[in-house]
Amino acid sequence: MNGVTVATAYVGPMPERISREDVARIAQLARLTLGDDELDRFTSQLGDILDHARDLAALDLDGVAATAHPFPLRNVMRDDVATPSLDRDEVLAAAPEIESHMFAVPPVLGEPA
Amino acid sequence: MSEWETVIGLEVHVELSTATKLFSGSPNHFGGEPNTNIDPVTLGLPGALPVLNRSAVELAIRAGLALGCTVQPSVFARKNYFYPDMPKGFQISQYDRPINVDGSIELPGGTVIGIERAHLEEDTGKSTHVGSGGTRIHDADYSLVDFNRAGVPLLEIVSRPDLRSAEDAKAYVSELRAVLVTVGASDGKMEEGSLRVDCNVSVRRPGAPLGTRCEVKNVNSLRSLGRAIDYEARRQIDLIESGEAVSQETRHWNDDTGRTQTLRSKEEATDYRYFPEPDLVEVDPDPAWIEEIRSSLPSLPRERRHRLVDELGADPLSAAIVVERGLDRLVFDAVAAGGDAARALNHARNNVADGEADRLDAAGFASLTTMEADGALTATQAKTVLAELIAEGGDPAEIAARHGFQAMDTSELDALLDSLIEAHPDDWAKFCAGEQKVMGFFVGQVMKATRGQADGKVVTALLMGRRP
Repeated sequence: MNGVTVATAYVGPMPERISREDVARIAQLARLTLGDDELDRFTSQLGDILDHARDLAALDLDGVAATAHPFPLRNVMRDDVATPSLDRDEVLAAAPEIESHMFAVPPVLGEPA
Repeated sequence: MSEWETVIGLEVHVELSTATKLFSGSPNHFGGEPNTNIDPVTLGLPGALPVLNRSAVELAIRAGLALGCTVQPSVFARKNYFYPDMPKGFQISQYDRPINVDGSIELPGGTVIGIERAHLEEDTGKSTHVGSGGTRIHDADYSLVDFNRAGVPLLEIVSRPDLRSAEDAKAYVSELRAVLVTVGASDGKMEEGSLRVDCNVSVRRPGAPLGTRCEVKNVNSLRSLGRAIDYEARRQIDLIESGEAVSQETRHWNDDTGRTQTLRSKEEATDYRYFPEPDLVEVDPDPAWIEEIRSSLPSLPRERRHRLVDELGADPLSAAIVVERGLDRLVFDAVAAGGDAARALNHARNNVADGEADRLDAAGFASLTTMEADGALTATQAKTVLAELIAEGGDPAEIAARHGFQAMDTSELDALLDSLIEAHPDDWAKFCAGEQKVMGFFVGQVMKATRGQADGKVVTALLMGRRP
């Protein structure tokens, strides 16, 4: 993230209300095609979720440390020891298309950006 | 183009030398058959949960400390994007709280380049593009994905935009690689993709605010890095000078055509919809652990260069070359054994090939440099003796004797000069009148008469001493 200031990572200014265009953009990033009725429904649902976040943001939390996780856990790590891999043929059998023991996928460029 | 300044920042992704992946026990192993190092976590199968590899954290801290970074509590985040090389649909990375921040690296020339951050993340799978136009990404009909590399621990090291030329950028990557290899964080093999470089390039008038940058990907060697930067800077300058604007985008370097081309318009950070990875907890390394790692760090290339300069009087370039080739230990051992520092440095820099240091014992090397310093061997003779010392070992004095190398007595040389001056009175007159190039003539004649046994420096001194 060269040159990008990341200090304000998740804490942007809250938009007034999520718009239909915002939802369409998010759907596009996830390569989802949404119909008109779905766009309306998700705009409304996402708006409700953001309303809840807005309620939380309105609380006076001065003096409360930022929390990345609700559990009182830190430093959960494992030893660097190898475990058996899955059977390749079994895994590839679940793929729609394979070639030369690899997953064959549509071209990565030329899709909607 | 002196009126333009190129500004470069580099993102270096380096694969950490662990046995297993960042979040699972699947092996971290280069060169295996496709899709053999895969497990439910690697494939993002439903219900699979990541568990952090302690060794990856330790190597990240080692690298961070070696780069002068502050190691801080860190949090993993999901970077969401749609691409078949990550089957989960997101990459686990670090975003607003990276493990290492605010470091720097000193290049052999003395320039200090800032390092903004060095964070942990998982590598992606490897795509092979198949299509009518060959393997070029722009012509692909479809792609084949191998997930062996997916989940391999990476350290992404982000420089500040402190670099100003392709040469600097190459020196930075070389130095970074040397540091990472020295501390054992990575094997640093660019040819195997263990170390990959993306470069951000912009141009500006000196003193002006930073220009719009383009990120150039697919730079797979130091040579490509230099070419890509020079091409990209030229392209941007041409655009601006013809009245157009540079648009911020990601460009793909094509090593065959020597050009960059648009890959995609640059995503905004918000497009990645980063959020804290709910399946992983905070990493807050115990200060005692960090200090233990710090105390186990070997001497870094920069420190080794400074030692050569400070303690042995090496010039900075020689120090850089000798350290890069790993010969500083030999030089110090030779000096400790009573050898001549200047000559030891010179031989290490010029006359010892990579990998030959092991075959050279410090005592023998030391006595060779002493013989040379005492005038018992000329520089040329010393080189011959050294080559044999490396090839077969033995005692430098015996080798020199076997070759019939012996110091020319100064009186012998004086007598020789007397006869040469007598035979070439006109040349001698010119030399005495200050014509420096005639010196070479006389030295050449002495060398010819002694079949190269005379020490050129001694002959020169004798000639200068005779000039009125």
